[in-house]
Amino acid sequence: MKSIPNKLASLLCHAGVWAGAWVATAAQAVNDLPGGPAVNQLNLPEPATKIAAEQNSLHWMMLILCTVIFVAVFSVMFYSIWKHRKSVGHKPANFHESVTVEIVWTIVPFIIVILMALPATKLLVAQKDTTNADLTVKATGYQWKWGYDYIKGEGEGIGFISTLDSGQRAMSDAGKPQGDNYLFKVDNPLVVPVGKKIRVITTANDVIHAFAVPQFGIKQDAIPGFVRDTWFRAEKVGFFYGQCQELCGKEHAYMPIHVKVVSAEDYTKWVDGEKKKLAAKADDPSKVWTQTDLIARGEKVYAANCAACHQANGKGAGPILPLDGSAKVLDADKLVQVQVLLNGQNNGAMPAWKQLSDTEIAAVITFTKNSWSNKTGQIVQPAEVKTARK
Amino acid sequence: MSAVLDTHGHGDHAHDDHGHAPSGWKRWVYATNHKDIGTLYLLFSFTMLMIGGVLALLIRAELFQPGLQLVNPELFNQFTTMHGLIMVFGAIMPAFVGFANWMIPLQIGASDMAFARMNNFSFWLMIPAGLMLAGSFFMPGGAPAAGWTLYAPLTLQMGPSMDAGIFAMHILGASSIMGSINIIVTILNMRAPGMTLMKMPMFAWTWRITAYLLIAVMPVLAGAITMTLTDRHFGTSFFNPAGGGDPVMYQHIFWFFGHPEVYIMILPAFGIVSQIIPAFARKKLFGYSSMVYATASIAILSFIVWAHHMYTTGMPVTGQLFFMYATMLISVPTGVKVFNWVATMWRGSMTFETPMLFAVGFIFVFTMGGFTGLILSMAPIDLQLQDGYYVVAHFHYVLVAGSLFAMFAGAYYWMPKWTGVMYKESRGKLHFWWTLIAFNVTFFPMHFLGLAGMPRRYADYPMQFADFNAIASVGAFFFGFAQVYFFFFIVLPCMLGKGEKAAQQPWEGAEGLEWEVPSPAPHHTYETPPKLNADANKVIG
Repeated sequence: MKSIPNKLASLLCHAGVWAGAWVATAAQAVNDLPGGPAVNQLNLPEPATKIAAEQNSLHWMMLILCTVIFVAVFSVMFYSIWKHRKSVGHKPANFHESVTVEIVWTIVPFIIVILMALPATKLLVAQKDTTNADLTVKATGYQWKWGYDYIKGEGEGIGFISTLDSGQRAMSDAGKPQGDNYLFKVDNPLVVPVGKKIRVITTANDVIHAFAVPQFGIKQDAIPGFVRDTWFRAEKVGFFYGQCQELCGKEHAYMPIHVKVVSAEDYTKWVDGEKKKLAAKADDPSKVWTQTDLIARGEKVYAANCAACHQANGKGAGPILPLDGSAKVLDADKLVQVQVLLNGQNNGAMPAWKQLSDTEIAAVITFTKNSWSNKTGQIVQPAEVKTARK
Repeated sequence: MSAVLDTHGHGDHAHDDHGHAPSGWKRWVYATNHKDIGTLYLLFSFTMLMIGGVLALLIRAELFQPGLQLVNPELFNQFTTMHGLIMVFGAIMPAFVGFANWMIPLQIGASDMAFARMNNFSFWLMIPAGLMLAGSFFMPGGAPAAGWTLYAPLTLQMGPSMDAGIFAMHILGASSIMGSINIIVTILNMRAPGMTLMKMPMFAWTWRITAYLLIAVMPVLAGAITMTLTDRHFGTSFFNPAGGGDPVMYQHIFWFFGHPEVYIMILPAFGIVSQIIPAFARKKLFGYSSMVYATASIAILSFIVWAHHMYTTGMPVTGQLFFMYATMLISVPTGVKVFNWVATMWRGSMTFETPMLFAVGFIFVFTMGGFTGLILSMAPIDLQLQDGYYVVAHFHYVLVAGSLFAMFAGAYYWMPKWTGVMYKESRGKLHFWWTLIAFNVTFFPMHFLGLAGMPRRYADYPMQFADFNAIASVGAFFFGFAQVYFFFFIVLPCMLGKGEKAAQQPWEGAEGLEWEVPSPAPHHTYETPPKLNADANKVIG
């Protein structure tokens, strides 16, 4: 059956060659993304899990059944349109009722529907079974990035944020995208071992997001204040991609999901390296920083978290308030801005950033207090943020 | 001159106006005549269709190529949100109320709608609501950008235009409820003697069932958006998890309204098609009573399927199974309707004037939307397709090729009665083929995009999706221009009275009381109840 979409695809590609010439998009330069969408893909993606494979065959079954019924019903209609026209002199018949016929075409579809429901039920029960996982990972949706925390299993304790590559975001704004992995490239992909049952717990920090990887056949809303779960068992190593699937605000299109499936040995190596890095990176919140160091660190934090809305120049845009010249940023009481970052404001239009470390918050506040036209000279130390959290 | 623009009645119906009919602007502002109000509804909904259409074209223009060329993502979300709200609440629903106003009294031999002044009120309420919706773009922070479904807690982040939107929806809901009460009371109390319920034309039947649905679910929507409003301003936490609320509860309440709502938008379309097919097949509708029962079954089932919009929220497996089975069941009565239409055509004596073309086009393309609906109803497959372009393709196949095509069919079918002028057949045919082809060029590629995993409400997308998006955008512009053509070259000439004069009975095979009055229908009709034949489709004195 696999050859049908391929043949269709090649047919369409031929047609697309001349169509593409006048459409004149850059799309001709693009290739299939392994683990992501193919160019002009016509059907569900190539499955990387058993569940996804079964979804594919269920979809094929439905597509064939529906097409057969469609063709059958409309052959009758078009035959009638062809033969029973007034212009060919057809005289109208007089029948307009038949209880038998009505019963038949109620019962028969009913039976067909039941037959369709059987395999669907089996698959649904299988994909809802999240028990006996080898590794549990929590995916938290933020506006607009994903946070991954390894909750249970090998790698427990690892946690990081995964953000879209800022170069791709800039390409999008410039209207000149390129690359096969456009809008899929992230700084830190989720790393999981091959052949292990991975349970993904989803939740969110602000609004509803949805965690989805088409090749694994999973999609699960990430709902603030609630936890939901789904699972997958990847059957091959490689990169797999997905995108946020629930409207979550203006950067909805810019929070991809990138899963790196590796062998068990590579996974163990990755966990070891990650643990070492974590230990080294852990900022000591009691360290006292110089202003220059804090501003340099803060600039990076700002670029990664704040610039999407407040812009690199701090001027904001539209409903987003400017930081440049903001009374709260310039306030002599440093705690005013610390509270905004820890708790958010305007009903979450400015989200809370408490997931950042004390050092990161201190750095980014110090940066905004001493950038653009803001010249307060104030320094916020991580320890102050730590105290304010309580 | 046409009835639509005519200020006074016709000479041969001198008693019509009783000498005190308002003229000029007062005729419309103080309108209590069902035909005038029907015209107002239809013109209003066409205006909203154009506004919603411009928004759709802005969306398609941005999506023509990957990357952001025209708008920023914030504005893009405002476009998708307002396109949805304006099309659903401003274009499709009021258009069907316009059809109901014009046709139901004529079809059942009533002199007017039961509550003439409430009828006026329910129309004029729509104007401020429509202005508020369309004007929300000029409010601080722009229009609402949370999607037409207005999911919490994203709505809590919106600017002041969200409150304007909520207010507008309340007003539109009140207007719909009044319109529904009017239709139900008219149908139950004002039928001509001999017009029993089971002899009523299908359009009146489907609208009666639709009106019950509207009365049942509009208050539910009002509840959902009122809770959103109090969450935003009065410190409640219905949907705000930070205060112990549940964002998923919003979705349950919204879709308890939302699923019957989609049948509200399609049942009157079924009614229109059920009248046009027999007229042009010159043969009675096959299985009239089973059509009535099928419509009622669809309406009842619509209340127990809402959570199929929410398979990915993470329901218990038993919940998903229940909603999957219930949803699949809907295909049975819907299938019965399609079979009955085909059986009506079978061994008829068909001609293909524009209303018939649109009606056959409706059955053909709507059924494709029906089948994708069946595929989407299966929870395991829906998991792949939820919130993607497959869903976008599906609901445009049922709402554009469904509701809108049926409305075009109805407009061509009844325009001679409304205006007294026959539209030009060649122009109607051009409009049909242009619309049908452009529609499929626009929306068919979206199935592929959805299967390949392109999420909806995305301002920018990976490069692999570029070609199908480009094709869809080109199709969308052709589709849009077709509707401009429809207005300027078909509707406007008829309204201005330019063209061949229509006979009282312009269609050879059409039956029903609307064809028993002259064309254009005089200002007042059936002031005394007509005496009907046994089939209740002819006046016999």
